[in-house]
Amino acid sequence: MADFLFEVGLEEVPARMISSAQAELQQRMVKMLERERLVGSGAQAKSFATPRRLAVWVAGVAERQEDVAEELVGPSVKVAYKDGVATPAAVAFAKKAGIEVSALKTVTNAKGEYLAATSMKAGRGAAEVIAAELPKELAGIYWAKNMYWRTGKPERFVRPVRWMVALLGARVVPVEFGGKTAGAVTCGHRVLFGDEPIALKAPGDYEDALLGGFVIADVEARRQRIRKALDKVTREIEGARWREDLGLVDKLTQLTEWPSVLMGRFEPEFLTLPEEVLVTVMRDHQSYFAVEDKDGKLVPNFLTVLNTETDAAGKAVIRHGNETVLRARFNDARFFWEFDQRVLLVERVKLLENVTFQKELGSYAAKTERVGALAAKLSSLVVSHGTPLDAAALSEAVGLAKTDLTTELVKEFTELQGVVGGLYARTQGFEAAVATAIYDQYKPESMDDLVPRTIEGALLAIADKADTIVGMFGLGLEPTGSKDPFALRRAANGIVKVLAETKIALPLTLGDIVDAASLNETVRLRVEVFLAERLEFYLREVKGQAYDVVKAVLAAGANDVRDAVARAEAVTAVRGSADFVAVSAAFKRMKNILSQAKEKGELPKGDEGQSGDLHPTQRELTAREEEIAIGVKKMAEEREYKRALESIATLRPHVDAFFDQVMVMDPDPKIRASRLSLLTKIVSNFSGIADFSEIVVAG
Amino acid sequence: MSGLVSAVAEKRALTFQELLFTLQRFWADRGCVLQQPYDVEVGAGTMSPDTFLRVLGPKPVRIAYAQPSRRPADGRYGENPNRLFRHTQLQVILKPPPERIQEIYLESLVAIGIDLREHDIKFEEDNWEWPVGGAWGVGWQVMMDGQEITQFTYFQQCGGMDLDPISGEITYGLERMAQFLQDVDSVYDVVWAVEPDTGRKVTYGEMQLAGEQQWSAYSFDYADVSSLWKHLEMYEKECLGLLEQAKRFEEMEPQKLMRFPVLGAYELALKCSHMFNLLDARGAISVTERVGVMARIRTLVVGVAKAYAAQSEALRSLERGSAAG
Repeated sequence: MADFLFEVGLEEVPARMISSAQAELQQRMVKMLERERLVGSGAQAKSFATPRRLAVWVAGVAERQEDVAEELVGPSVKVAYKDGVATPAAVAFAKKAGIEVSALKTVTNAKGEYLAATSMKAGRGAAEVIAAELPKELAGIYWAKNMYWRTGKPERFVRPVRWMVALLGARVVPVEFGGKTAGAVTCGHRVLFGDEPIALKAPGDYEDALLGGFVIADVEARRQRIRKALDKVTREIEGARWREDLGLVDKLTQLTEWPSVLMGRFEPEFLTLPEEVLVTVMRDHQSYFAVEDKDGKLVPNFLTVLNTETDAAGKAVIRHGNETVLRARFNDARFFWEFDQRVLLVERVKLLENVTFQKELGSYAAKTERVGALAAKLSSLVVSHGTPLDAAALSEAVGLAKTDLTTELVKEFTELQGVVGGLYARTQGFEAAVATAIYDQYKPESMDDLVPRTIEGALLAIADKADTIVGMFGLGLEPTGSKDPFALRRAANGIVKVLAETKIALPLTLGDIVDAASLNETVRLRVEVFLAERLEFYLREVKGQAYDVVKAVLAAGANDVRDAVARAEAVTAVRGSADFVAVSAAFKRMKNILSQAKEKGELPKGDEGQSGDLHPTQRELTAREEEIAIGVKKMAEEREYKRALESIATLRPHVDAFFDQVMVMDPDPKIRASRLSLLTKIVSNFSGIADFSEIVVAG
Repeated sequence: MSGLVSAVAEKRALTFQELLFTLQRFWADRGCVLQQPYDVEVGAGTMSPDTFLRVLGPKPVRIAYAQPSRRPADGRYGENPNRLFRHTQLQVILKPPPERIQEIYLESLVAIGIDLREHDIKFEEDNWEWPVGGAWGVGWQVMMDGQEITQFTYFQQCGGMDLDPISGEITYGLERMAQFLQDVDSVYDVVWAVEPDTGRKVTYGEMQLAGEQQWSAYSFDYADVSSLWKHLEMYEKECLGLLEQAKRFEEMEPQKLMRFPVLGAYELALKCSHMFNLLDARGAISVTERVGVMARIRTLVVGVAKAYAAQSEALRSLERGSAAG
């Protein structure tokens, strides 16, 4: 047994792809070794990654596979022996099994007597197996974008392969991939260590040898080093903090092999520009961290993470370079901010006629009109349900919402659309309700983002997204499998999230929105299904509800988002209770009985009545369910779903008694009808919260 | 005395001119043939036929050239210190790309006086594409101290065709590098050359400011829009005519085949592209029309690429045929 180390050295891998590839390589490596019987389950493994390499270390790999005994079954004894002499069939089988004819056994099974043999399959050496299997695993790694580089296109990978290391103990395993053969030599940091090869004697040397080469191979160690350095450097300014940004830390972790941090300055006069603009430039264009004072206000400093370590002279040079670039970008931003304000947002409304939204759906002016009409309908609906809002502000916000698309600032920094519109609206004297709605219109930009802060903003966001979805579906441009070029799924996810999460609940259902968009029937149905799918996604991915709970809850209604969320939470809360489990199983049973009866045409048309000479358990069940149904109805109206479910669960003993003592499909048709009728009533009365038959009951 | 040697001796950064000498010399020493800039308007070194067409087919190529690149949308009348109507790229094509291409590139930075230990260099993912040319690749923008100084691309497709062998393309932005090395805030203050006899510094502004002012004015204020459209349509029509004839290579006898002006058709396509850039920068093309016009130009450019490939293949067959016979 020995430890195994594998490293593939590459030209710089895109930062966004490294983490998943690292995990996949480790997973594939371990699975392959398990499959080939070179490690047992639960083998200890660790992986490493930098922009220039992916590596996996696995402990306790066997030097060779154990010989394995294989049980083979051959021809029937009848065919195998003729007059006591082995036939060619028997000889062939013995040969295949690699044993003498005399060593053949017989085995008896359901079909009769057969020849059998125990064949020893010789185990192969680990090096041989790894050399054969590892290239296939490498070739199977998923890359969002890959390339070929060798003439004849023999393989594709994320970037050209430059070297590989494959060591089993002290021995090199000659793995071949991408035109390279693995050895025991790796490379250090391009600049800090240079071209000199780093020879590895054993897998355990890896991390330390690379540290000597100015490479921190452990991703978490590198991340922590960056975070610590950010903290340390920020302390140069009294009371300051760097603005946390997990995504940016992640990106820079994957852009560096030997990170260090530098602080730079910019002219304080740029602080008159809105923070959103400054931070977008720093973060999205330059990958800098913003720095704030103890009150959370930006200070005229930034932090940059370097892929090197330098002396004071080097630091000065690098700082100067970064400050020069940032100054130029801030100058551009300021120029645009001032230039844009010469044409007010209201003056830009007519310009929207020349900005195309989509070829057939027309200009943004046309979209603005449609969104306005939709928002007005939704607004009336919301108000009629007793939730007040500023309809005039909403209307004004809609009218101006897209005008920032004509500004130079948004043309330069497209990620600032909406934000810039809101900022310009504020500067140009519009009331907060209008400016905030415009600012928030694209929220939530992802499932992790916040929803609009105001009702007007929420309605604008919903109307805008709904208009896009409805428009595209109407043109037959719905998302397919992996293709969603217009980000309609994201838009629909946004609608669901807004309905679920606004501070003040919006009394709107998905159906209300689809109705207000007044589509033709086929498109309407497709949009409804699409939105229901997105609700399912929200409940599973964002609310973390189990698959069966979601199915059960949506079967009872997929229209009111907040209601579905509440019901799902209630079901999840009670599903562990033994009573609830038993009742769910009973419901499944009831539904099965009913559907079988339906198939046979035996389902009673109306309520067959529960009077006359009934079995006591049937009478009891009838009385209990009627009583509970009344209570449950009231609780459901008040959305007291957990209590309602607990109440339904109290049916358990009565349902159990009924099923224990009675056959639903009694030979007497009248009795049968009355029992089927009872089940129908029960299922119907208690399926309003969730379809319990969908709940998966273990065992 | 070579540019770098004298610069080092005088402890100063290379002039714009010396930067060009040094990089060209560097790549010539590594096997590149130095070509002159293409003399038809192009928006990038990639659009010159020395890249766009030479990357097609199996023939190896090592070539380098400076390429003034016109981008009307970036015109700023000479008033923006960082943006130019026409900037200069240094274009290097290595087909197939050598094993140590990244290391060689870094050596070129050393050659122009950059001490790698005093800078922060990152290779950040950036995948170049030119949809009009049916071309795209995979690669990086090379960042030095927060500034992009080079586009580094492994071509994968061109003219809608898979390339084999692929080409490694290295494109330096010379003005930006000169500004960076000379540490001047405005590109117009970059020292282009120093007169050896008088010691007078000739600036970038002296050489280019008038051009920047007047090309911007022409493009944004003076160019006659209907005339630009007419030019575009005429170039397009002529190019399509040639591409139509290019469908009949098999019928052509050797001399006609060899002389068939695929390169002439390409120049017409380039002129269309430049007319489009002028119209677009001026806002004369509505967003709806834009998609359609770009598709028309793509038909020309990709058509030329395919005709070039077909012509090359036809010529190779002839060669093989005559060699065998």
